[in-house]
Amino acid sequence: MNRAINWLVLLAILAAVVGSFVYLGLDLRALVGNGGLEQMGEYATRFLSPDLSSGHLRAVGHGALETLAMSGLGTLLAMIFGLLLALPAAGRFGWPLQGAARLLLNGLRAIPELVWAALTVLAAGLGPNAGTLALALHTAGVLGRLFAEALENAPPEPAAAIRLQGGSQVAAFCFGTLPNLWPQLLAYSLYRWENNIRMASVLGFVGAGGLGQMLYTTLSLFQESQASTVIVAMLVLVLLVDAASDVMRQRYVRA
Amino acid sequence: MLIPNARDPATLPRLLLMLLALVLLWPGLQLSELNPGVLLEAENRRQMGNFVSAFWPPAHEREFLDLLLEATLQTLAVATVGMAMALLLAVPASLLASRALSLGAASRGGRPGFWSQTLRLPIRGLLVFLRSVPEIVWALLFVRAVGLGPTAGVLAIAITYSGMLGKVYAEIFESVDQRPTHALLQAGSGRLGAFFYGILPSAASELVSYTVYRWECAVRASVVMGFVGAGGLGQQIDLSMRMFAGAEVASMLLTFLVLVFFADQLSRLLRGRLT
Amino acid sequence: MSIRLHGASLRHGQVLALDGIDLCIEAGERVAIIGPSGAGKSSLLHLMASALRPSSGRLELLGEQPWTLSGRARQRLRARVGLVHQAPPLPPRQRVVTAVLAGRLGQWGTLRGLANLICPLDVPGARQALADLGLADKLFVQCGQLSGGQLQRVGIARALYQRPQVLLADEPVSAMDPVLADHSLGLLNRHADVNGVTLVASLHAVELALAHFPRVIGIRDGKVAFDCPADAVTQALLDALYANEQLLAQQPVPGPSLVVQIPRC
Repeated sequence: MNRAINWLVLLAILAAVVGSFVYLGLDLRALVGNGGLEQMGEYATRFLSPDLSSGHLRAVGHGALETLAMSGLGTLLAMIFGLLLALPAAGRFGWPLQGAARLLLNGLRAIPELVWAALTVLAAGLGPNAGTLALALHTAGVLGRLFAEALENAPPEPAAAIRLQGGSQVAAFCFGTLPNLWPQLLAYSLYRWENNIRMASVLGFVGAGGLGQMLYTTLSLFQESQASTVIVAMLVLVLLVDAASDVMRQRYVRA
Repeated sequence: MLIPNARDPATLPRLLLMLLALVLLWPGLQLSELNPGVLLEAENRRQMGNFVSAFWPPAHEREFLDLLLEATLQTLAVATVGMAMALLLAVPASLLASRALSLGAASRGGRPGFWSQTLRLPIRGLLVFLRSVPEIVWALLFVRAVGLGPTAGVLAIAITYSGMLGKVYAEIFESVDQRPTHALLQAGSGRLGAFFYGILPSAASELVSYTVYRWECAVRASVVMGFVGAGGLGQQIDLSMRMFAGAEVASMLLTFLVLVFFADQLSRLLRGRLT
Repeated sequence: MSIRLHGASLRHGQVLALDGIDLCIEAGERVAIIGPSGAGKSSLLHLMASALRPSSGRLELLGEQPWTLSGRARQRLRARVGLVHQAPPLPPRQRVVTAVLAGRLGQWGTLRGLANLICPLDVPGARQALADLGLADKLFVQCGQLSGGQLQRVGIARALYQRPQVLLADEPVSAMDPVLADHSLGLLNRHADVNGVTLVASLHAVELALAHFPRVIGIRDGKVAFDCPADAVTQALLDALYANEQLLAQQPVPGPSLVVQIPRC
């Protein structure tokens, strides 16, 4: 019986995939044949000679640093707000606050970064400030929920023991719960940082600073060689952050 | 005498780390021009307020709802087709990239030889490259190459997600108990046989759960990619925002919330069912 | 000639697990390997199965030298050798029937192996192999639900189902009760005798080795201590073999472990 249902589920998935292909009416043959592949190849070759003039490189470098700062600070702010919201969301201050905090977290999380960025650009004007705030708002929602789950799953015994010795709530949290919890919090935060560096480099598409803005303008002006430098910079940035986060994970989470 | 032990040996590293963090924080603050206060300034608050106050009531004309349904279905279809195409590339690539199926490793206590490591490198490199360029950048490029519409979104998801899935699949293969596979390889079975009998039973649930989770991410991504013209809900949100049509933005955001909620529930159901 | 070792040594990092073993086992012979814990019994069997490569020296298996063959030819050779593991490495979520049928993966083509995964092709064969060991009722149970002794019997059934020419067994009955251990060893020996299979088994229990096997090899500190027919093994030989055996150090009790979920991205 169970097996039969599983087969049915698999069949439904297959049907969904086929249905999606049909619905989109993708004509892959037209994409590949009829000179389409050559056209794409020709388009791709225009990216093969990145613009390495010093003026452009300096601009890209500044954009890259700006992107890095946006992702880092956005994640940091989100960690702080996330933890502040996770405490009530894990039910530490009674159920009315728990419900409210959860609703807030879900709202923050559900709206994608790019929509947040469009809104913050409206409110705070063009520039990296809007991007940082957008990242912080969305990530606070995601991290808050993950932190709340981690808090709920943390073993209560160490904190209870400190309470039993006469320690205060805060002391019990800092000395009983946090030591077990913080590797998990850090693991989640690093994971979001890796996500955010990718997001930070594209928030510029809606005017929120960083490399994305450069990529958007250069592509709109058909300056493929300049655009290709920007893409390479994004790639380097992402690899750099992935490596840094991996080092920190090895050092502080797995130990 | 306790004096040599009076100082915590961790003090100095911690102090240095703290200093480093502060030194990095300052240019970070400068570069990102961070100033959350602007959100609270009266002028900006009014502007936001004007936009947000138009949210209620959400747009619900017949025509608009039809458009919304169309866009939502397109978003779902883009995510599904993109995932299917990504799997086509990711599965073979992960089998090639994973150390778990190395014949040499099976008879060397789990350490593959120099050559088998070196030959896996280019495939790993390709996967890392594919996943490191954000999908929305691919979408932007493909929109220029194949024109506006869902095709660009599908190709972008297929490329980025094949990198992500391939890398993570390879890691999952390596993270499960290697002894059954090694035993099979040592008993003379082929690599594919060893994979299906030794690795898959242990890895299946994690693979399914990760794939479903990625599909959920693909749904979000396909919405976001609409902002650069790759079809679906995102494109409509972008259009309405440019026209400051708050009511339309509101109902589309609501649709998006419902869609994400639905994808979340479906992925939870599938994970419970198939794992 | 079934198995021949020429001065074979095996080094695990700093530790010399096997030290210049010379050994010759004829086709159809039945041999027990005994010795104290950590003497290198397990390493010797893995070496014979070509699962581990000797650090120095030479291994001849069924007239061929596995470590000079190409990878493909070595896989074909390995399909003719069966190894029963002390703790059979079976995925907990795999069903017993699939685990047993996996014994012939080396002989089947890839396609047949895959088809067998979707729908077990030779249920009677697997049932027969298990029935001999008294496990026929567990055919469609997941491996994770079996006890250690039952798992060992599944491992034996898999090796028997493989129908190898050389059957190597590493402590095949260590988790079974004495009656069952006796029965299972008897079964292995009968199977070897009837089909002319070479059988080499390492054993903890000396009396089982003496009762079932015509030839007994004693291993100590990675060297062959004695190698003689079972009825020539004297108490003096055994006392020398097991002299001052260290009691196994108690496994440290694992403290509360911290599980950190690392999201994959």
